[in-house]
Amino acid sequence: MTGSFASIVSEGLRKAFEAADGSALDAIDDVSFSIPPGTLTAFVGPDGAGKTTLMRMMAGLLTPDVGSLRVLGVDVRRDPQEVQSRISYMPQRFGLYEDLSVQENLDLYADLHGVTPEDRARRFSRLLRMTGLERFTRRPAGNLSGGMKQKLGLACTLVRVPDLLLLDEPSVGVDPLSRRDLWRILAQLIEEEGLSVVVSTAYMDEAERCEQVFVLNQGRLLAQGTPRELRGRAEGLTYVAEPREGMHARELQARLIDARERIADAVPRGGAVRFIRSPESGDADLGDLLHDAIMREQPAELEDAFMLLLREHVAGAGSDAGSPALAVDDGSLPRHARDGGDTVIRVRELVRKFGDFTAVANTSFDVRRGEIFGLLGPNGAGKTTTFRMLCGLLPATSGELDVAGVNLRTARAAARARIGYVAQRFSLYSNLSVRENLEFFAGAYGLRGRTLKRRVGETLERFGLDPSATSGLLPLGYKQRLAMAAGLIHEPDILFLDEPTSGIDPLARRAFWRAITALSQAGVTVVVTTHFMEEAEYCDRIAIQDAGRLLALGTPREVRERAGDGEEADMNRAFISIVEQARANGNDDRAAA
Amino acid sequence: MLRDRSNLMVGLLLPIALILLFGYGLSFDVRNAPVALVMDDNSAIAREAVSGIGGSEYLVPVHAATMIEAEEMLRAGRVEAIVRVPVDFTRRVAAGDARVQLILNGLDSTTATTMESYVGGAISSAMQRRMDRSPEMRGGGRVELSQRTWFNEAGYSTWYLVPGLIALIMTLVGAFLTSLLIAREWERGTLEALFVTPVRPLELVLAKLVPYMIVGIIDLVMCLLAARYLFEVPIRGSLLAIVVASLLYLAVSLLLGLFISGVTRNQFAASQLALLLSFMPALMLSGFVFDLRNVPVVVRVVAQALPATHFMGMIKSLFLAGTDWIMVLRNCGILGAYGVILLFATRRTLRKRLD
Repeated sequence: MTGSFASIVSEGLRKAFEAADGSALDAIDDVSFSIPPGTLTAFVGPDGAGKTTLMRMMAGLLTPDVGSLRVLGVDVRRDPQEVQSRISYMPQRFGLYEDLSVQENLDLYADLHGVTPEDRARRFSRLLRMTGLERFTRRPAGNLSGGMKQKLGLACTLVRVPDLLLLDEPSVGVDPLSRRDLWRILAQLIEEEGLSVVVSTAYMDEAERCEQVFVLNQGRLLAQGTPRELRGRAEGLTYVAEPREGMHARELQARLIDARERIADAVPRGGAVRFIRSPESGDADLGDLLHDAIMREQPAELEDAFMLLLREHVAGAGSDAGSPALAVDDGSLPRHARDGGDTVIRVRELVRKFGDFTAVANTSFDVRRGEIFGLLGPNGAGKTTTFRMLCGLLPATSGELDVAGVNLRTARAAARARIGYVAQRFSLYSNLSVRENLEFFAGAYGLRGRTLKRRVGETLERFGLDPSATSGLLPLGYKQRLAMAAGLIHEPDILFLDEPTSGIDPLARRAFWRAITALSQAGVTVVVTTHFMEEAEYCDRIAIQDAGRLLALGTPREVRERAGDGEEADMNRAFISIVEQARANGNDDRAAA
Repeated sequence: MLRDRSNLMVGLLLPIALILLFGYGLSFDVRNAPVALVMDDNSAIAREAVSGIGGSEYLVPVHAATMIEAEEMLRAGRVEAIVRVPVDFTRRVAAGDARVQLILNGLDSTTATTMESYVGGAISSAMQRRMDRSPEMRGGGRVELSQRTWFNEAGYSTWYLVPGLIALIMTLVGAFLTSLLIAREWERGTLEALFVTPVRPLELVLAKLVPYMIVGIIDLVMCLLAARYLFEVPIRGSLLAIVVASLLYLAVSLLLGLFISGVTRNQFAASQLALLLSFMPALMLSGFVFDLRNVPVVVRVVAQALPATHFMGMIKSLFLAGTDWIMVLRNCGILGAYGVILLFATRRTLRKRLD
């Protein structure tokens, strides 16, 4: 049927949108490619790369401005309905009907696709078994966990065997366990049914599983090839450096990432720093950066090639709008006494119940001054609830909670003046200017008159923000920066950041963590939640939560060792194995009881 | 507040619109109401007696040759009232017990009461003037108004309000419920997945329409039963015509709601717009409360553009006056045209595109 054709051919494809400020924004800019049938193909790129726009054009939901796009031999522009009748498409935010049960959602999509009753029974039981939703067929979709919803979305997309399957970031916002399950289901279906699949993703480990990888950034196709071919681009440029005794990996990483001419990328990993040398500079140039650190060459990973491509592209485009490097001058940051080691947050047997449901159970930990403390867990693990209690936004049901030496259960207002909070979603006033937002928050924290003016001025300078820009029109990286500026305007002792890096591109994430490192050096205590497991490596200590219980607590190295996968295991795998062990034990307990 | 333009508009422009509408447009006064004159006695004194009817801005005389003709005019809604001067008027004026017959349209009891006082006032002031001029008539010349109300003899306001209420309920159920439907799917993102299936846009519109049509039909049955047995409103016209017209109007309302929903793609905006475009006009401009003859031309043109106006007039006369098939067919035709236009407009909003 499609054997002799490529399943998708694009030539000179372009699509522009009107940006919020009225200018044209090229979402897809002159993209040409050809995808052979029967393959698993990935489009990788940071947020805003144009992945979703491209997927929507393939699905006939958006019309290209210029260029041609043929899907399954059909011109999508001319006959979108023909394409839509033959493909299956899972949008990034798969719209399940939340009031309908799991079974009803499946029935609805089977009706829409005209699946015959005989096929239906067989198909449903198979999909339900694979997704592990068999026991929940009568449950309303709205009551499923995030990961289960995503699996149900995939099942609804696959109620019939399509000629082509389009998946737009199927694993975004899904915890590592569900993410792994999704890919298992996909791999099984590809093997058994010979599906042609096009998937977009921001995760390199997912791209690694695909036969063909296309790298997108800011609407341009930067590179294409097999994962092996792409990895080849970074071959010989990647290293690991062990920091000398007493130096935190994060500090070495900060030093490396600041040397932008010589180092393309650096991230902490496994207690060491993994970095990519710029192709232009030789090994010899690195000595002064590394000090006494021991450097070893490493085999390249897809992520290395990706970061290299991004850096080149951003440098070539001459703009770093998407990835603002925060000007960090440690001297200008508020200096707190680094008396090292005294406890600023003390949590003992903290419990929070919502009715019968225990969101947080018997949680105890300490955070010390100047520490970066990470809170990790799958969706619904209790991270956000714990976080809100720490910030004094939610009263605890029982337990002790001291923040900055103040008991939060009795003196919340006093504690609040000493903490800064950056919410997960951009919670500043979009239609106010940057200065107005900062002045508003400074006022809200009790700053007045000349102090307020001075502090706002200092903050604007320190964060490199344009005071007159309209907040809502800032690029995402800058919005994040402004949110952080607002959280720091009253010079708090402790800064709370809820999922600060979700939805911003990898370069902006590096810049963000660079700023956090600087804050920590200045003595500010940072408590952060994240679903990027690799970001745990920036933290001094992390806590892993699942189903309200604290499963692991310690330095990233300790947590990895506890997972028992050996020193080399990455944080992602350590996380999965800790949660799985705990869940297995939990089930045993319940079976015994 | 200052940066949030849409809120500011609602806060400042809506009151201005309401002030102007109520101040200049809507009132319970009657203006330029046509009155059929049947002059069975065409003497000078009889003509003088009714001359006041033409002399004011409130009433416009329309001459009818016979009572039968006048009655037809009243039934068709071309005149609001009939003033009949009987054959023996002149003779009885001299005797001091003259009578003038006044027949009012009771479909709108407020207007009927107002009309009665206007006509009475016009005749008695004309007679008063005549008597002032000819003192020999002093003592005589009294004219009694013998008044009857048609269609709603007792002048119960419920008779007049309940059929209108059916129109309001159909508007509310229709436009309000459906205004959320497509917008909700846009907000929840369910449409994106739905679009990439073999389903056609028209099928989507019909699938949204049918369940709410059933709910609307149940509401309609409840309304009709309540009108008949609870409020004892007479149903003088064809029940079939009432049901067909109501279903047609229900479909138009539902489609209007769906269309608003598809255009706004936002539940909050859609519900606001549905209130502003369907319920408020149906309440104020359809002739439910305010008589449309009394409003400025601009408002009347707007009112005539509303499906609710055509349905409101039709349902009231079907209930209380009887079946005027020409009027029913014309209004149903208008509603049908609205239905078809809205159906295709709604289909366009669901044309399986995100841009």
